[in-house]
Amino acid sequence: MNEINKDIIGHIHALESFGLVDGPGVRFVIFLKGCKMRCKFCHNPDTWNGSGEEWTAEKLFERVRRYKSYWKNNGGITVSGGEPLLQMEFVTALFSLAKKENINTALDTAGQPFCTDKKWLEGFERLAAVTDLFILDLKEMDKQGHISLTGVDNANILEMAEWLSSHGKRMWIRHVLVPGVTDDEGDLVRMREFIGTLETVDRVEILPYHTLGMIKWKELGITYPLEGVPVPTGEQISKAKSLLGIE
Amino acid sequence: MDKRNIEAWEGFEGRIWKEEINTRDFIQKNYHPYDGDESFLEGPTDATSKLWSRVQELQKEERAKGGVLDMETKVVSGLTAYGAGYIDEENKELEKVVGIQTDKPLKRAFMPYGGIKMAEQACQTYGYEPDAEIHRIFNEYVTTHNQAVFDAYTPEMKAVRHNKIITGLPDTYGRGRIVGDYRRVALYGIDYLIEQKKKDLAHCGDGTMTEETVRLREEVAKQIRALGGMKKMAEIYGYDISKPARNAKEAVQWLYFGYLAAIKTQNGAAMSVGRVSTFLDIYIQRDINRGILTEKEAQELIDHLVMKFRIVKFARIPSYNQLFSGDPVWATLEVAGIGVDGRSMVTKTDFRFLHTLENMGPSPEPNLTVLYSSALPENFKKYASKVSINTSSVQYENDDVMKPVWGDDYSICCCVSATQTGKEMQFFGARANLAKCLLYAINGGIDAKTREQVGPMLRPITSEYLDYEEVIQRYDIMMDWLAGVYVNGLNLIHYMHDKYYYEAAEMALIDTDVRRTFATGIAGFSHVVDSLSAIKYARVRTVRDDSGFVIQYHTEGDFPRYGNDDDRADDIAVWLLKTFLEKIKKRRTYRNSEPTTSILTITSNVVYGKATSDMPDGREAGAPLSPGANPSYGAEKNGLLASLNSVAKLPYHWALDGISNTQTINPDALGHSEQERIDNLVQVMDGYFDQGAHHLNVNVFGTEKLIDAMNHPEKEEYANFTIRVSGYAVKFIDLTKEQQMDVISRTCHSFL
Repeated sequence: MNEINKDIIGHIHALESFGLVDGPGVRFVIFLKGCKMRCKFCHNPDTWNGSGEEWTAEKLFERVRRYKSYWKNNGGITVSGGEPLLQMEFVTALFSLAKKENINTALDTAGQPFCTDKKWLEGFERLAAVTDLFILDLKEMDKQGHISLTGVDNANILEMAEWLSSHGKRMWIRHVLVPGVTDDEGDLVRMREFIGTLETVDRVEILPYHTLGMIKWKELGITYPLEGVPVPTGEQISKAKSLLGIE
Repeated sequence: MDKRNIEAWEGFEGRIWKEEINTRDFIQKNYHPYDGDESFLEGPTDATSKLWSRVQELQKEERAKGGVLDMETKVVSGLTAYGAGYIDEENKELEKVVGIQTDKPLKRAFMPYGGIKMAEQACQTYGYEPDAEIHRIFNEYVTTHNQAVFDAYTPEMKAVRHNKIITGLPDTYGRGRIVGDYRRVALYGIDYLIEQKKKDLAHCGDGTMTEETVRLREEVAKQIRALGGMKKMAEIYGYDISKPARNAKEAVQWLYFGYLAAIKTQNGAAMSVGRVSTFLDIYIQRDINRGILTEKEAQELIDHLVMKFRIVKFARIPSYNQLFSGDPVWATLEVAGIGVDGRSMVTKTDFRFLHTLENMGPSPEPNLTVLYSSALPENFKKYASKVSINTSSVQYENDDVMKPVWGDDYSICCCVSATQTGKEMQFFGARANLAKCLLYAINGGIDAKTREQVGPMLRPITSEYLDYEEVIQRYDIMMDWLAGVYVNGLNLIHYMHDKYYYEAAEMALIDTDVRRTFATGIAGFSHVVDSLSAIKYARVRTVRDDSGFVIQYHTEGDFPRYGNDDDRADDIAVWLLKTFLEKIKKRRTYRNSEPTTSILTITSNVVYGKATSDMPDGREAGAPLSPGANPSYGAEKNGLLASLNSVAKLPYHWALDGISNTQTINPDALGHSEQERIDNLVQVMDGYFDQGAHHLNVNVFGTEKLIDAMNHPEKEEYANFTIRVSGYAVKFIDLTKEQQMDVISRTCHSFL
């Protein structure tokens, strides 16, 4: 293992000591600043820009490990965002420190920065070596649809899923369900087919769209593109679940 | 040995407890730990359902009548003041456990010894006119506790009381917080207890009639009389409790008679039941082994006992209700814990008590308390967690930190305070408002509301920006003064309570050679911590009126707040607790009692807040203080566990009277499935208590439910909607609107 870069600085949006849905068990969730996607349903638009609070990997780890007594063998650290892969070296340092103490690590990512550039991929491999679980968001299967929903292409995101699968990295796949936007039947069927080709998926989850993030858009003074879109009904959720093959 | 004792004790092991009063020894020698799951539990019997629905009808009527169903105006409450009373006279054979406070359920007794004025005011508040003859007797011939206290109060004591820097003192109501060892009635029968007390009476003092000896002789004589009265009280219901209980049904009934004696003679703020589950399990298990009791019947006994604890009521005055909202009596009852020998004390009856919340639905009383340790059997932890998630009616206290101090037979004598069962009593002392004290330190002892010189005439701070060292120096002096007048006031109050409103029935079930604790308390904790942190880490500018008196604070810049696991703020919290305790400890306390303190406000945080003006932490004048040891509203930026970690840093041994923490978790944030939620909650509690934290109230519901309940209290689903507040549980719809708003505005941990 390479020397851990303990002094590397991360730009932190927020710390949540009690996350129970972002990875197995009780999680300390670290939200990093910065994201290049502009998902219309984003509930953390305040993470897109700005530099946040600065923490070194070591200092943050010291804070985080205070929660060890709550984790036992069912919990750990999740790094989310923003898009954590934009601060890959920092996450690698943090996770390396965690793995030294046998703490479970999870990365909640949308995969947007993934690329097959040799140097980038080497860095990603180092991160993957200290990441126990990837929680990967698949927003949309259709390329055009993806661009219109998030502002970016999804080819490299699907490529990342395949890379994780072929490298034996465990994954959860998540899909945010927005009525009339991300619940197209054909698209969900294609998503299921795609997930079926992956060999390391432990869980597929539907995240029902909610409007709790709307207020943040207003505070940031940007127009909320999904104004008036309702949250999915129970029926819509179970339909999507069955299309994705979730029990 | 008495033939009757041989029969009653058949099959019980051990020796010491047979030769002296020693309930703990009996329990340790005879209980059987249970580490299985809840699958053995039985649902309610028809009798339970019928009786409980009758109680619910009565509670509905009570609410419709403005909170009181019926009141006594002519009969002074006492052990034998009434004939037999039942929940349902026509179906009294359904009641497996009998005995109520007056002649009718939910009818409130007339208890004038704490103070005739208050007893009468309580009646008048609800439209009842107290008897003229009683009025005459208690004004002309009898001195009540309240009268005596006010006769002796110094002007300074009256001033701190009137200016509300010390509030809620037990000078207008019974002090409570004394737990008789009610199990003794079942194990030994009254005759033996009288015999032992007579021996004690003969051995009071060394022969010299000092004031102390005279007082003790009088007290023991009163205890003996009370024991005799208990026998007569039981006879009214057709029971002879002079001898030990012979079976589970008798054990439950005898024990309850002991408790009934307490609540017929005292209206203390907290009338706790104590740690009875493991004890009763021994009797239940013996009967089940003998084949004379089924599980269904065992559960019925516990359900009926609990039903009785659910209907304990006292007549209260409006100012009392503001302090302790929702009609609480703190019939606190503990389950679980781990013995000194390392064996879990969880028995099937510990499950049965929690199961009452499922059989009869959620309820604030009895105040069910789990004595928690991560080493408790997993099955029990999960069951408790499940019941918590479904009912929000359970509180948790850390057995791992209490056991080294109080042993393995302590009870909780109010909200969160431990007391060794049958060996200790407590002088309850309400709380001092340390937030207000900080403002006094800045303004030279002058109260912002009344502008009276209440504290010592210290030089006020005149600088525009507050200097941390200067503030701390003044605060130290001001706290010292406050601790002095506080302890003195309490000394006086408890002297008078012993003299004029002595708890003979409860003390009769406690060793004569009793250890006494002196329980002070702190209010406004988080606001002092955050204010000091603001002064230290940000810049706090004073805003003054024409006379130079500081009326507001403008805080410039950011500062660390208590509740984020940030040592900069949390260290101030630890310092504050220790400093105040030391100031209390150096004082001379009444009857050589042992001074302790608590960080616990009950619902009085609202009243205390009203009397406290602007603080440097940004809290506005009149806003509620945050309850107990909870961080301030909106201070928590890093979620639940960070908040728990801050509270967990406060060393329990500096606040032996308890450190109360109330948290609300949104069910959706706790996990996807029921099983996940249960497991996650267990993990949270393990992690919290393993760090040495003392207490946790667990609520599991969303804010939307609270808002709906506030707007639609008439909905059936909210009739028993119970929530945990600082120190106890309460039906949400019984809170005042102000307190409901306060509960709603607190952080609900709902990370999504």
